[in-house]
Amino acid sequence: MIRKLAGCIREYKRASILSPLIVMLEVVLECILPFMTAELVNEIQGNCEMRVLLKYACLLVIMAALSLTCGALAGHFCATAACGFAKNLRKDLFYNVQRFSFGNIDKFSTSSLVTRLTTDVANVQMSYMMLVRTAFRAPFMMIFSFIMAFYMGGKMAWVFVVVMPILAFGLLMIAKKAMPIFRKVFRKYDTLNNSVQENIQGMRVVKAFVREEQEIKKFGAASEEVAGDFTRAEKLLALNHPLMQFCLNIVMLVVIFFGSQLVISSNSTALTVGQLSALLTYGMQILMSLMMLSMIFVMLTMSAESARRIVEVLEEKSTILNPENPCFEVEDGSIEFKKVSFKYSEKAERYALQDIDLKIESGQTIGIIGGTGSSKTTLIQLISRLYDVSEGAVWVGGKDVREYDLDSLRNQVAVVLQKNVLFAGTIKENLRWGDLHATDEELVEACKLACAHDFIMQFPDGYDTHIDQGGTNVSGGQKQRLCIARALLKKPKILILDDSTSAVDTHTDAVIRKAFREVIPGTTKLIIAQRISSVEEADRIVVMNGGRIDDIGTHQELLSRNEIYQEVYTSQTKGGEENE
Amino acid sequence: MSKKNMRPPMKAPKGTLKRVITYLFKDYPLHLSVVVGCLLFTAVASTMPAIFMGRTVSIIEKALARIQGGAAPAAALEEVFSGILAISVTLLCIYAVSLTCSFTYNRLMAIVTQGFLHKMRKRMFEGMQKLPIRYFDQNHTGDIMSYYTNDIDTLRQLISQSMPNVINAVIVVVMVVSIMLYYSIWMTIVVFLGVIAMFLVTRKVGGNSAKFFIRQQQSVGKMEGFVEEIMNGQKVVQVFCHEEESKKDFDELNEKLFKDAESANRFANMLMPILGNIGNVLYVAVAILGGALLIMKVPNFSLSGLPLSLAVVVPFLNMTKQFTGNVSQISQQVNAVVMAQAGAARLFALMDQIPETDEGYVTLVNCREEAGKIVECKERTGMWAWKHPHQADGSVTYTKLAGDVVLDHVDFGYVPEKIVLHDISLYAEPGQKVAFVGATGAGKTTITNLINRFYDIADGKIRYDGININKIKKADLRRSLGVVLQDTNLFTGTVMENIRYGKLDATDEECMEAARLANADDFIRRLPDGYQTMLTANGSNLSQGQRQLLSIARAAVADPPVMIMDEATSSIDTRTERLVQEGMDRLMKGRTVFIIAHRLSTVQNSDVIMVLEQGRIIERGNHEKLIAEKGKYYQLYTGAFELE
Repeated sequence: MIRKLAGCIREYKRASILSPLIVMLEVVLECILPFMTAELVNEIQGNCEMRVLLKYACLLVIMAALSLTCGALAGHFCATAACGFAKNLRKDLFYNVQRFSFGNIDKFSTSSLVTRLTTDVANVQMSYMMLVRTAFRAPFMMIFSFIMAFYMGGKMAWVFVVVMPILAFGLLMIAKKAMPIFRKVFRKYDTLNNSVQENIQGMRVVKAFVREEQEIKKFGAASEEVAGDFTRAEKLLALNHPLMQFCLNIVMLVVIFFGSQLVISSNSTALTVGQLSALLTYGMQILMSLMMLSMIFVMLTMSAESARRIVEVLEEKSTILNPENPCFEVEDGSIEFKKVSFKYSEKAERYALQDIDLKIESGQTIGIIGGTGSSKTTLIQLISRLYDVSEGAVWVGGKDVREYDLDSLRNQVAVVLQKNVLFAGTIKENLRWGDLHATDEELVEACKLACAHDFIMQFPDGYDTHIDQGGTNVSGGQKQRLCIARALLKKPKILILDDSTSAVDTHTDAVIRKAFREVIPGTTKLIIAQRISSVEEADRIVVMNGGRIDDIGTHQELLSRNEIYQEVYTSQTKGGEENE
Repeated sequence: MSKKNMRPPMKAPKGTLKRVITYLFKDYPLHLSVVVGCLLFTAVASTMPAIFMGRTVSIIEKALARIQGGAAPAAALEEVFSGILAISVTLLCIYAVSLTCSFTYNRLMAIVTQGFLHKMRKRMFEGMQKLPIRYFDQNHTGDIMSYYTNDIDTLRQLISQSMPNVINAVIVVVMVVSIMLYYSIWMTIVVFLGVIAMFLVTRKVGGNSAKFFIRQQQSVGKMEGFVEEIMNGQKVVQVFCHEEESKKDFDELNEKLFKDAESANRFANMLMPILGNIGNVLYVAVAILGGALLIMKVPNFSLSGLPLSLAVVVPFLNMTKQFTGNVSQISQQVNAVVMAQAGAARLFALMDQIPETDEGYVTLVNCREEAGKIVECKERTGMWAWKHPHQADGSVTYTKLAGDVVLDHVDFGYVPEKIVLHDISLYAEPGQKVAFVGATGAGKTTITNLINRFYDIADGKIRYDGININKIKKADLRRSLGVVLQDTNLFTGTVMENIRYGKLDATDEECMEAARLANADDFIRRLPDGYQTMLTANGSNLSQGQRQLLSIARAAVADPPVMIMDEATSSIDTRTERLVQEGMDRLMKGRTVFIIAHRLSTVQNSDVIMVLEQGRIIERGNHEKLIAEKGKYYQLYTGAFELE
C-alpha cells in the first residue's frame, strides 16, 4: 500500500526530501538558541561588559533569522510536497477510473469515488504534510534536545531519561486504546452521512408517507451513537494533555529542587543559573516532541483508512485490456455470437446470458425485444467489449473483438446507452463527443438524421444552447435524439440503440428509422425496444427471455408462432387494434 | 425549475460566532462553567513556575553571595534547602490542583464537543425535515450534504481546539502582562513592541492563508462537481472513448486546486516559524536590555519597586517566552476561526430556512359506524373519518374518508409571476381512475403535487371529501394519499423494511401480500436473501423496473383511499405492467387513482383521461370518447405527436 502511494510523489520528490532536511537544520538552530541564551544569561550574571552583550545579541539575532528562514522554507517545501502529492493522487485516481471497464465501474458507486477523490485525498494530504515535517522534526528535536540537555545539565539531564518513558508509554497506551474506536466510528460516520443523502434524495417519498418523525428518530439515534463513540475515543485522547503536563511538572520540580542545590554545592561549576533555565527549555522541547509523535501516530492511523480506500481504486486493474498486437481496422459491420455465455462476476451463480448463437450480416437491421431483466442490454454490451464474455466469443467484422484495439472497436461500434447522459456545456460541445473535429455542417447533418435539428433550431441559441448538468433542461425525447445524433457523428459501422427512442413519439421514431434505412444503409443497426412498432420493420427480431434467445424471426413469423411476442403485441394494442 | 449552482456565500454575517457560543452555552451550561473555571485555574497556575523560578534564583544568588562573602558552603546549602523545599511543596500543591483541573476540562470538552455536534446535526436534520419541497427543488443534494460533512467539521475544530486554546492563551497573556509589569515596566514595553510585530505578521500572513483556504474550498467544490458529473456518465465516456478529453479538463481543475491548496498551506506553515522566531528575537532583546540595564545600573521602574537584579531578569525572560508562545497560539487559531465562521454561517442559513407552514386543523381519525352515525375510536378499525372541529360553535363533525377529490378553478405557479396551471377543474369520485396525459412541462405532476400540498395553490379550491384541503392537517392529508413516483427512492435496509415504510406496523404477511399485488413477490424471492436482502445505495443492486415494483408495493401496503401514480410503471415492460395493473385494479377497487404516464397503453382503461397542454386541460373523456373526437389525444395515440 505504501509503495503504491509513494509512487505518486514523483516530481515532488525534491520538495519531499528538502522539507525534512531543512526541518532538521531548523531544529539544530532551535536547540542551539537556548544554549546561547543560557550563555548570555550567565554573562549578565557575571557582570560583563556592553560589548560582549552586543556580540551575543548580534549572534542570536542572526541565528533567529536563519532559523526563521529555515522554518519558512520548510513550510514552503512541505506545502508543495503535500499538495503536490495530493494532486498526483487525485490525478492517478481519476486517470485510473478513466481506464475502468464497465465491470470496474459497477463495483464503485459514484459518490464513493467522489469521496475518495476529495475527502480521502485531503486526509492523506494532511498526514503527508505531518510526515515530511513534524515526523522529522519531533524525533530529531527530541534527540538533539537530549544531547544538549546532557551537555549542559550533566547529571540533571537524567530526569528526562526517567520521565520520558513514562510519557511515551502513557501516550502509546492511549493511542492504542483509542485507535480501534476511531476506526470503527469513522465507518459509522460514513453510514450516517449516506443516510442523510438518502433522506434528501427521497424527500418526496418521506413527505408523501409522512415519515418525518420516524426519519428524525432514526437519524437522531444514529447520530447519537456516532457522537457516543467519538466521545469515548476523544475522552481517551483527552488524557494526553494532563499526562504531558504531569511529566513537565515533575521535571520542573526536580530541576528546581535538585538543580538549585547543585548550583550551590558546586559553587556554579557543575551547573549555572543560566543553564538551569535552559534545561527547562530543553525539557519542554523533549516532552513536546513526544506529544507531537503521539499525535502523528494518531493522525496516521486515522488516515490509514482513507489511504486504504484510495489504494483500492488505484490498484483496481481494468478487467478489459488492449491486446498486445491490436488490430486497428474493423472490416465490416458483421457480428457473430459464438456459443456465448456471460455472468457479471465469477462468483455470480446465475448466468446473465447463456448459449447465445447469433449471426448478423453487415448492414442488417436487427430488433431485440424481451421483458424486464431478460438481458437485452447485456447482450449488446458484449459487442463493443464493454464486458468480456465468460465463455464463447463475439466476432465483429470477421475477428474476435478481443483482437481489436479498444478505441478503434468502440469508434466503429456506437452504442446509445439506455441510461444516457448529457454533460454540462453547449449542444455543440455535447455532439462533438462523437467526433471532436466534426464541422458544423456535419453536426447539422447528424441532427437532421436523428430528427433533432428542428427542435434545436427552436431554442433561442440554437446549437449553442447550454445544456445543464445531466441534461435536465431538455425533455426526455429531445435528450434521446441528441444522444443518437452524438453517436451518429462517429460514423460507425455498427449502431446500437438500447431503448433509445422510448420517449420519442412513434411518428418521429418511424422517421428516424426511415432515415437510417435510406441514409446509412451500410451500417448494421441493432435496436432494443419495448415498443413493437420500433422493431417490426427490422430484418429479423430477436426475442430474449431469461438470458436466452427465445426465438428469432421476422415480425410476421414471430406473431404467428412466438408466445412471448404475441403477448407483448397484444399488451400494446389492447383496445386499439383498429388503429394499427 | 433550475437549481442554484452556488452555495450560500462564504462571507459570514456579524454575530455568527456569538450565535455558536450562545447555542453552546445553552446546551451545556454546567459543563462549560466548570470548563471555564478549570481553564482559569490551569492558566493562572501555568504562570506560577516563572514566579517560583525567580524566587529560586534569588535564593541561590543570595547563597552564592554569602559563600563568596566567606560563609561555609554547608550552612548556605542548608539555608537554600529549606527555602527551596518550601517553594517545591507549594508548587507541588499547585500542580496537583492544576492537573486535576486539566484532566477535568479535557474530558469535559470531549463530551461537550461531540455532544454539541450531535445536537447541531439533529437540529439541522429536524429543521430540514420540516422544509417545504420547494427547498429541495432549488438546492443540489451535494450542496445540502456538505452542511453535514464539511461545514459541521469546521465547528469541531473551533470548539475542541480553538476555543479552549484561545481562552487559555488570553488568560495567560493577561496574567503574564500583569506579572511583567510587576517586575519591570521598561522591559514590558519592549515585549509589547514585539507583540505588535507579531500581530501585524499574523494579519498579513494569516489573512493571506485564510483567503487561500477559502479559495481552496471553492476549488474543491468545482472539482467535486466535475468529478461527480464525469463519474456519473463514466459509461458514456467509455463508449465515446472520451477519456483523454475528460483527463485534460480534470488536469486543469486539479492544477488550480493544487495552486490554491499550496498557497493556503504555505502561508499557514510559515506563520508558526515566523512567530516563533520573532519570539526568539524578542527573548534576546529582553535579555540584552536586562543585561544592559543591569550593567548600566539603570534604576528599575516597576509596580513592585523591586530593584533590578538577576532575580528579576531571569523570570522575566521566562515570561517573555510564555507570553510570545501564547500570542502565537492565538494567531495559530485564526484560520480555524475564519473557516468555522464561514461554516457556521452556512449551517445557520440552513437552520433559518422557513419551515413548511401548516394551519390545518381537520384530522384523520379511526372510526366506527354505530347506528348510522360515525363515532371516533382509538383502535384500528380500517375505517377512517375526517374530524372537523368548528370554531364558531365548538361542535365537531365527522366525515367518512372516501377519496372524493375536486379541483375547482385552480391556478398555480411555482413563482407568482409565472402561472403554470390555468383554471384546472376536475372531479374524481371514489373508485374512479383519472389519467393525465401531456407533454413534459404541461403540468401533470404539478397537479398531483397540489393535491398532497407539496405546493399551495394560487387561486381556486381543492376539496377532499368536501373539505377544503387547506383546512386539513398536512400530515393527515398525505397519510390518506399513496404516492408512487417515477424516481423511486428506496432506503438502505432490507426489502421487507422498504415495503414496510408505507405502513410502519404492517406484519410480514401484509408486506408480502402487497408485494404479490405489485407482482414483485416473484423477483424478491429470487434475490439472494429473499425479503431479507439488504438494499444499498438506493437499491442499486436492482434494476429500475424492479425498483418501481418495490415502490408500488410500498404504496400498496399503506392501503390509502387515494393513490397517485406518477410514471410509476415507465421502466416496466408492457407484459409485466399488465400484471401489475391487474393487481392494482384489484387493490384500488372503490378507491380513487390518479395516474400519469406517457405510455398510452398504461392509461387506456382509465375512467377519464385529461389531456394537458401548457397548464390547461384541453380534452377530457374516456379513451373511446377521445379517440372518437379525433383531437389531440387521437393524434398522440396514432403517433403523430411526441409526448415528452
